[in-house]
Amino acid sequence: MSQTTADFVRRELQVAADAPQAAPTPGYWKAVARRLARDPVTIAVTLVLLGIIFISLGAPLVTGGTDPYAGSVLARLKPIGTPGHWLGTDETGRDLWTRLCYGGRLSLLAGILPVSISLMVGGFLGILAGYAGGIVGTLIMRTMDVFYAFPSILLAIAICGLLGNGLSNSVIALSVVFIPPMVRIAETVTTQARQLDFVEAARASGTTTMQIIRHHVLANVLGPIMVYATSLISVSIILSAGLSFLGLGVTPPQAEWGLMLNSLRQAIYVQPYVAALPGAMIFITSMCFNLMSDGFRSAMDVRLNK
Amino acid sequence: MLIFAARRLIQAIPILLGVSLVVFGLVHIVPGNPIDLLMPPEASPEVIAQMKAAFGFDKPLYIQYLLWLGRALRGDFGLSVFNATPVWGQLVAALANTFVLAILAAMLGFTLGIVCGLVAAIHHGRWPDKLFSAIATTGVSLPHYWCAIVLVLACAVLHDWLPAQGMGDDSLPLYDRLEYLVLPVVTLSLIPMGVIARLVRATVLEIIGQDFVGALTAKGLTRWPVIRHICKNAAPPVLALMGLQFGYLLGGSILVETVFNWPGSGNLLNLAIFRRDIPVLQATILVLASFFVVLNLLVDIAQAAIDPRIRR
Repeated sequence: MSQTTADFVRRELQVAADAPQAAPTPGYWKAVARRLARDPVTIAVTLVLLGIIFISLGAPLVTGGTDPYAGSVLARLKPIGTPGHWLGTDETGRDLWTRLCYGGRLSLLAGILPVSISLMVGGFLGILAGYAGGIVGTLIMRTMDVFYAFPSILLAIAICGLLGNGLSNSVIALSVVFIPPMVRIAETVTTQARQLDFVEAARASGTTTMQIIRHHVLANVLGPIMVYATSLISVSIILSAGLSFLGLGVTPPQAEWGLMLNSLRQAIYVQPYVAALPGAMIFITSMCFNLMSDGFRSAMDVRLNK
Repeated sequence: MLIFAARRLIQAIPILLGVSLVVFGLVHIVPGNPIDLLMPPEASPEVIAQMKAAFGFDKPLYIQYLLWLGRALRGDFGLSVFNATPVWGQLVAALANTFVLAILAAMLGFTLGIVCGLVAAIHHGRWPDKLFSAIATTGVSLPHYWCAIVLVLACAVLHDWLPAQGMGDDSLPLYDRLEYLVLPVVTLSLIPMGVIARLVRATVLEIIGQDFVGALTAKGLTRWPVIRHICKNAAPPVLALMGLQFGYLLGGSILVETVFNWPGSGNLLNLAIFRRDIPVLQATILVLASFFVVLNLLVDIAQAAIDPRIRR
C-alpha cells in the first residue's frame, strides 16, 4: 500500500534537490508530448482509465438505464453470461455490470478526493513550514513525524473505525494519512528554493513574501508534489476500497467496489468468478494509475532523455 | 557510532509520546463517553456512573491520559470493556500470531524482491528487466485483500489444495498446521516483494553507473565480485525500506487477517472497532505503532553501522 511512501519521498527529494529551478519552457512540454506518443504502455493504460471513468460517469447510459439497487430474489447469483446479466448478478439479484459501473463513481471519488485534499493541505503546511521556519516550522514538522510513526493503513483504520463508517469519514481518514509525506516534500523544496540566489535577489529588491511564494516557491513545489500525488492515487483507491471492504467506508446498499467485494465474499463457493469481479476492477484501476504515473514521470524527467 | 545510536534513541522518545497522545486523543475526538455507547438505554444513571468510575472514564481528560499512559508503560492496559478479560493477554496472543505471518511473509517477499530487482537491473532494458519490473509493478498495485480472495478461490474453492481460512487446531500435526500458513503468507509477501524489487532495481542501476564500478571492472574483477560490491553499496536504502515493510506487515495485516480469519492483531483490532471496545483498540494501536517506531530506530542504527556516511 503506501509502503512506497518512504522510497518515494526519498526519490522525490532527490529529484527536487537535483534539478528544481528550471522553469518549464514551451519546448519542454512539446518534448514531453513527443516522448509520451512513443510510449505505447502509457497510452494504453490512459485509454483504459478513460474507459473506466466513462463507464462510471456515464453509468445510466452504458447500462441502458438499469436500476443499480433493483434486485430480484429469483435472479440471485447468476453466473457470468446469463442473458440480460452478462456479468451475472450479486447476492440479492442485482445486475453486477450495472453495479460495477455505478460503483466506479464512489470508488474513484473515494480514491481521488483524499489525494486532492492532502495535496492542498499538505502543500500549504509544507510551504508554511519551509518558508516560516523557526518555531512554526519545527512545530509542523514534529507533528508530522508523529503521524509518520503509524503504519498508514493502521492509522486510516483507527480514524475511520472511531469516526464511524461513511464515505466522508473514509475520505477524512485517508487525507490525514497522506498529508505528512506531502508536507515533507513541500517543506524540503521550499527550504531549498528560499535560499536560491534569484529568490534572495527578488527579496532584496523589495518583492513581497506573497509574490515570492506565488512565483518562485509554488513553481518549484508543485512539480514534485504533483508527481507524488499521481502515484498516490493508486494506493488511495486500494486503501479506500479496503476500508469499505472492512465495513468502515461506504455503507450498503450503495455500490462501491470494496463493499461489493466484501458482500460477494460469502458467495465465493456459489459463483467464484462473479465474486472476484469487483476486486478485479480495483486492481485494474490501481494498476493503470500506477503505470500512467510511471509513464508520465519518465516522460517529464529531463535527465533520462538527453 | 554509540553516540549516533544514543542520539537516535533520545529522538524516539518524543515521537513515542506523540504517538501515545494521538492514540489517546483519537478516542476522544468522537463525541460521547465510551460507556454511554456501550450501556443499554434502559440502564439507570447510577449503574452508568458506577461503570464510568470502574473504568476511570469519569475523570478529566488529562488525568485519564496520564493514568492510562502510566499503566500502559507497565504493560497494564486494563480490562476489555466487551468481555472483561485483561487486554494484555489478548494482545500478546494475537501479536504472536501476527508475528508468525509477518516474519514468514517478510522472508519470502524480501528474498524474491531482491532477486527480482537484481536480475532486472543487471539485464537492464532486456526482457528479464521488463518481465521482473512488470511483476514488481503488479505486486505494488494489487489490492491484497482481493488477491487473498483470488488465492482462496484458486486453491480452496476450485481445487482442494489448501484450507481456506483459520489457523488450524493445536491437535493437528505440524505439517497440517503449516498448510494454513501458505495462503496468508503468500498474499502478504506480494507487496513487500514488489516494493523491494522496484527499489533494488533503481538503486542498483544508479550504482552501476558510478565511476567506481567501472574502475573495478577495469581492474579486471569478474562479474560476481563486482556484483558483490554493488550489493554492499545498495544495502542501506534497501535495508531501510525492509524495516518499514516489516512494520507495515505487522501493522497492516488487518485486511488479510480478516479474509483468512487469522486470529492476529489485525483481527483483534477489527473486532475491537465493531464492539467499540476502547481499551483493546487503544492498546492494539499503541503497541503496533510503538513497534513501528522502534523498528525504524533499529533500521537507522543498522544503516549507520553499514554506511559511515550516514553517522555524521
